[in-house]
Parts: sequence; structure tokens; C-alpha cells
Amino acid sequence: MAGTNTMTKDPILKVEHLSMRFGGLMAINDLSFEAYRGDITALIGPNGAGKTTVFNCITGFYKPTMGMITMRQKAGKEFLLERMSDFEVNRDAKVARTFQNIRLFSGLTVLENLLVAQHNKLMLASGYTILGLLGFPAYKKAAAQSIEQAKYWLEKANLIDRADDPAGDLPYGAQRRLEIARAMCTGPEFLCLDEPAAGLNPRESLALNELLRSIRKDTGTSILLIEHDMSVVMEISDHVVVLEYGQKISDGNPDHVKNDPKVIAAYLGVEDDEVEEVIEEIEHVTPGGPL
Amino acid sequence: MANISNTTESASSNLMARALREAFYAGLVALGLFVLFVGLKTDQNILNELILVQRWGLLAIFVAIAAVGRFLSVAFIRPYLEERKAAKAAAPAQEAGFVARNFSMIAVIVLLLYPPVMVYFFGFQGSLKWVDNFGIQILIYVMLAWGLNIVVGLAGLLDLGYVAFYAVGAYSYALLSSYFGLSFWLLLPMAGIFAALWGIVLGFPVLRLKGDYLAIVTLAFGEIIRLVLINWTAVTKGTFGISGIAKASVFGIWSFDVSAANNFAKSFGLPMSSAYYKIFLFYLILALCLITALVTIRLRRMPIGRAWEALREDEIACRSLGINTVTTKLTAFATGAMFGGFAGSFFAVRQGFVSPESFVFLESAIILAIVVLGGMGSLIGIAVAATVMIGGTEMLREMEFLKHIFGPDFTPELYRMLIFGLAMIVVMVWKPRGFVGSREPTAFLRERKSVSGSFTKEGHG
Repeated sequence: MAGTNTMTKDPILKVEHLSMRFGGLMAINDLSFEAYRGDITALIGPNGAGKTTVFNCITGFYKPTMGMITMRQKAGKEFLLERMSDFEVNRDAKVARTFQNIRLFSGLTVLENLLVAQHNKLMLASGYTILGLLGFPAYKKAAAQSIEQAKYWLEKANLIDRADDPAGDLPYGAQRRLEIARAMCTGPEFLCLDEPAAGLNPRESLALNELLRSIRKDTGTSILLIEHDMSVVMEISDHVVVLEYGQKISDGNPDHVKNDPKVIAAYLGVEDDEVEEVIEEIEHVTPGGPL
Repeated sequence: MANISNTTESASSNLMARALREAFYAGLVALGLFVLFVGLKTDQNILNELILVQRWGLLAIFVAIAAVGRFLSVAFIRPYLEERKAAKAAAPAQEAGFVARNFSMIAVIVLLLYPPVMVYFFGFQGSLKWVDNFGIQILIYVMLAWGLNIVVGLAGLLDLGYVAFYAVGAYSYALLSSYFGLSFWLLLPMAGIFAALWGIVLGFPVLRLKGDYLAIVTLAFGEIIRLVLINWTAVTKGTFGISGIAKASVFGIWSFDVSAANNFAKSFGLPMSSAYYKIFLFYLILALCLITALVTIRLRRMPIGRAWEALREDEIACRSLGINTVTTKLTAFATGAMFGGFAGSFFAVRQGFVSPESFVFLESAIILAIVVLGGMGSLIGIAVAATVMIGGTEMLREMEFLKHIFGPDFTPELYRMLIFGLAMIVVMVWKPRGFVGSREPTAFLRERKSVSGSFTKEGHG
């Protein structure tokens, strides 16, 4: 069911046989999954399952021990993310990310945060600073445009009233939204969000859902998110990948995953041998397995 | 009504009683502390016997200072400060005064008028001290601190070896002018470029380091440059230094060499004096400072300047936004070094003599202290800090009256470092973020609000 739905789609990100070893710890073990263009893909799993490690591998912050991560842009250009360094993943491959523990430029204003995100575009427009320093009009135009772009995202994230306040002064929920707006200002095709709903109250979570939906609708950006808040995951994602101990245990649409006994076992903490029993039972009932 | 006045009366009498009590305790503590240190002193008499000298008068002065100080503090100073704080909180939205709003404009005008005013009051010969020792000396440090501000204040890279770039600039001018006879106006930009190149050479291997580790490596770099200058005697003449460095000319039109045909004083039929050259140098360093300030202000509004500040706030976030942090750091290092190089070549031309003695670690520390005291990132704060620190130490030389108090052997400038250190402690306690702790945003949508220092980070990159 889930398979047929997604098979026809065009994968934007392909993770193949990804492994990441920290000393003796195998954080990710032979993980393969795909994220499809225009989808909101959720990566879930219990604490310590390796979700953030997967994120760090995709965004270039970690170099995976093994495996291949392919990003295919709309224009058809392909990038092997595991070979690129972190800033190139954003600059060239157009993959943006946010962080689990918010990383804003707290001493810069909200507007400045969004302008920093447009660094590479502005750098080019300012002739690597030299033309801009001499006051060439091309840079002034680009600077005005970048402020317009920032304004667009501030309105979307409902932060326009706080534009001139320091980012560190915003309440938690607003900081989360600002981080997403900042990532979007880099003009990504693929947006990775690490627990965007963590610490949000139900109302803020709803606003976040709206923001993510409108990002997808208006910009066509595909989204990959790590989330513990099931109300967010089940509500907005088209495709869910479940990790446990660095391995994929389930993959499909939200309904499919919700009813997967392996997922239930992982989340409710059934003993290992019991899991096997459960799996055997299921395989006995439905030959071929749930996946 | 009577009731109210009654309560205020009793409150004030309470305060007095408390002040007296605390003064008594303070006196007691001081007595206990100083009775053995000050009240009694062991000495040798003429027969080489150890005798006990009693100094009760001095002890009484110490105790009285402690008691009276405590009394004044509790009874008057503290209530006054609290009152002022309350008044400030009551009326927060106060329009900045004319002086505060146009501070930098006024400062530039004052500096432009400074030499003529000094000449007017003290005559050409008398103005030398004020223009050279105070004016030029302070402005050199302002320029150095503004250059270092780019590295430490904006990009958040702790650089303890900044004086190395100053040395590169100074020696570039000294060597190239004495070996090849090149002019100051050609060598000034070259000194900046050489220093920037050295900044890149140093920066490339070490900028992967962070915080304390970076500080240590830059410190070592500063020492290496100084040791090379000392030991490469064939070129630099070692500790003897290079003397007789050519003076700068007014764009080659007028020279300040006494023997030259186009001598400034001769051309204008003025009496010979070294003051013209000093006044010329004053305007030269003022122009260099203003260029530094202007470039810094403009750079902050460029993407690179914002990237520097973002780097100070969070390096990992910068990388996640596609900013190449290595080149960003390198440009900060090179730009800061370039201004150090300019200042260095000016230093060489002003002194007419350079030796490795001028580029010791203490200089780096003083420049860094000025940046920190001024408020990292704030040009005005740094200029004020440089004026207070360098002007203050120069001022010590003028304090002849102190000799009447402490005896004729007292040389106040020897206490320079002690006072410098004390002043730093006081400022850091009173204003932990420096004189100007807030940050001006580089862009705004509706209104320009300055960002409180409590949000900005010092940077650990």
C-alpha cells in the first residue's frame, strides 16, 4: 500500500547502506531509505536510535564510515553528500538544516539572522566585498532584495513584529520558527529539521504544522524531519521512516507505521525475545512480512 | 502629614545610626588588619639591633579612612545611587542629548582643531608634547585597537600576537625605505599588504584551532616574529634596530628634511621647527584612523562583516548556512593584520627608529585590553578606552605635584602598570561588557534598536 504510493515518486534524497561507527559503537548500521520530492518525510525512533547521526551525515557534519547519500536536485544535478563538507552541502547541494538545540545568532537581530543566511548570494553581488565596499549599485539592489526575502519569511513565520529585536530575546517557540525561516533563506531544495516541535506547546505545534505545510506548498521544498511529537508526525508527514539501534525497522505512510508491531514494540519497550515472538506471529499470519 | 514627616525623619535617623554602626565596625576591622602591618614596624637601629617602631599616627589615619569611607558610603553614596537608579527606571525613554547623538562628528571636529589650538596656547615648541605624546600616541593605539577589533570584537578570534603585524608593517617600511629608498606613500599600502599576507600565512594552519588554543598559537607567532627580528642581524641589525628612517613627505611635494630644497618651512618662509612635521604626522594618523573606522563601519554592513559577527555568535550555525568559515576567518585575520601593518609603517616613520623592543608581548596585551575595555565591536568605546588608557599613562608623567606628597624620589610613571591594572579591574567590575556594551545592528526594518551586550557572545573560535 505504502510502497505503491511512493514508488511512482521521484526520490530527492537516496540514502544507501549508510553506516556510522564511533569507536566501538555502531550508531547507524546499514541504513537505506529514500525521501521523495515534495514530500514531508519523518524520521522517528526511540532516544539514541541514531536519528540525529543520520542528519549529521546527510548535512555533512559527520563523515559516514560507509555508504552513499545522493541528493538529486530539481534540475537533475546529483550530489554525493558524504563527500562534501558541511558548508558545501548547503551552498552547492541546497540542503538546509536546523538543530535540535537551537543555534541562532543570539546577539544579532532577527532580521540580521536572515541576512546572514543569504551570505553566498550577497557575497557574489558585492563582488566578494570589494565592489560593495566601493558602493556599486548592484550590491545595494541585492541588499534591498535580500531584505525583501527576509521580510517574506518573517511574515510567514509570524515574526515580522520582532524583526529588530535580538534573536536571543525571542521566546522559545519563536526561536524555533526563526531557525526554520533562516534555513529557508538559504534557498534550499531539501530542508532537514531536527526536532522542530521539541519544547513547543500544542498551539505552537499547530502553528509549526501550518508553517511546514506552507513551506512545502509555496516553495516546493521537500522536508525531512526528526520528531518525537506524534501529533506533528502523523499530522503532516507523507512518509515515515522508523529507526531503532541504528537500523530501519519500518518505512511507509503514517498509518502503516502506526500499526507496525515492530514499531509498537520499539516504542513500548517489549523485551527482545518477545519482539521476535511477535514478528514470528505476524509473519505466520501474513506471509511476506509487513514491510 | 505629620505622620509622613515623622517616618522620614525616623528613617533618616535610622540610616545615620546604621551608618555610624557600620563605620565603627569598619574601623574595628581596619584596626585589626593593620595594627601589625602598619602600627608596628620592625627596623634596625644604628647598633644593628632589631627594634620595634610604633606608628600609631599612621595607623589612626588608616582606621579613620576606613571608618569615614564606610560612613559616607552607607549614609550618602548608596542612598544617592539607589535614588538615581529608581529615577532612571521611572523615566526610561529619555531622548539622547545633542552630544550623545553626534558624538563621533564632534570628536572628529575636535581632533581636526586639536593641533592649531595647542599651537595657539603653547606655541610651536610647547605644542610638541601635546600633539606628539598625547595626540599621535593615542591615535596610534586607537588605530591598532580598531584593527584588532575586527579580529577579536567582530569575528571573535582571540589574537594575543597582534603586535606581530604591527612589527611587520614597521619593519617593512624601515627596511624597504633604507635599503631601496622607496617613499612612504608607496610603502604605506605595501606594509599593509605584507602584514595581511603574514596574517594569511599565520591564519591558514591555525584557524582550525579555537579559543584558548588559538590564543596560545597567536601569542607564539608574535614572539617568533620578534625573535626573528632580533636574530636575523644581517638584515634587521638585531637589537640595535634600524635608525635614520626617512621621514614622510607631503605627497612628495614638500619634504621635512632640513637639507632638502623643498623643505616645508623654507617653502612657506616659516621659522624652522620640528613641530610642522609632528602636526603633519598628527593629521596623517588621524586620516589613517578615520579610514580604518570608515572601512570597519562599511564592512559590518557587507555580507562578510555580518558573517564575521555570525561566526562570533555560532560557528556551526554558520557552516549550516553555507558559509565557508575558513575563508571568513582568514579575511578577518588579514583585514585586522592589514590595519596593524598600516599603523606599523606609520610608527616607523614617526619614530625614525625601530627595534624589536617596541614589539613585545606587553604591546599586544595593551591593545587587547583597550579592545576589551572599550567594549568589543564598538568603535567609539574603543577610542574612549584608548584615550583613557594611553592618555592616562602619559598624564602620569605630568603629575609633578605628586612629588610634593610622596617625596622627590617618586616617579609616577613607574606606577603605570599598577594603575593600568587597577583601572581594568574597576572598569570590568563596573561595566563587564566594556564602556559601550551594546551592539548596533547592521540593518533594520522599522527602527534601529541597539542590541544589549547580554545577548552577544564573546566568541570562542
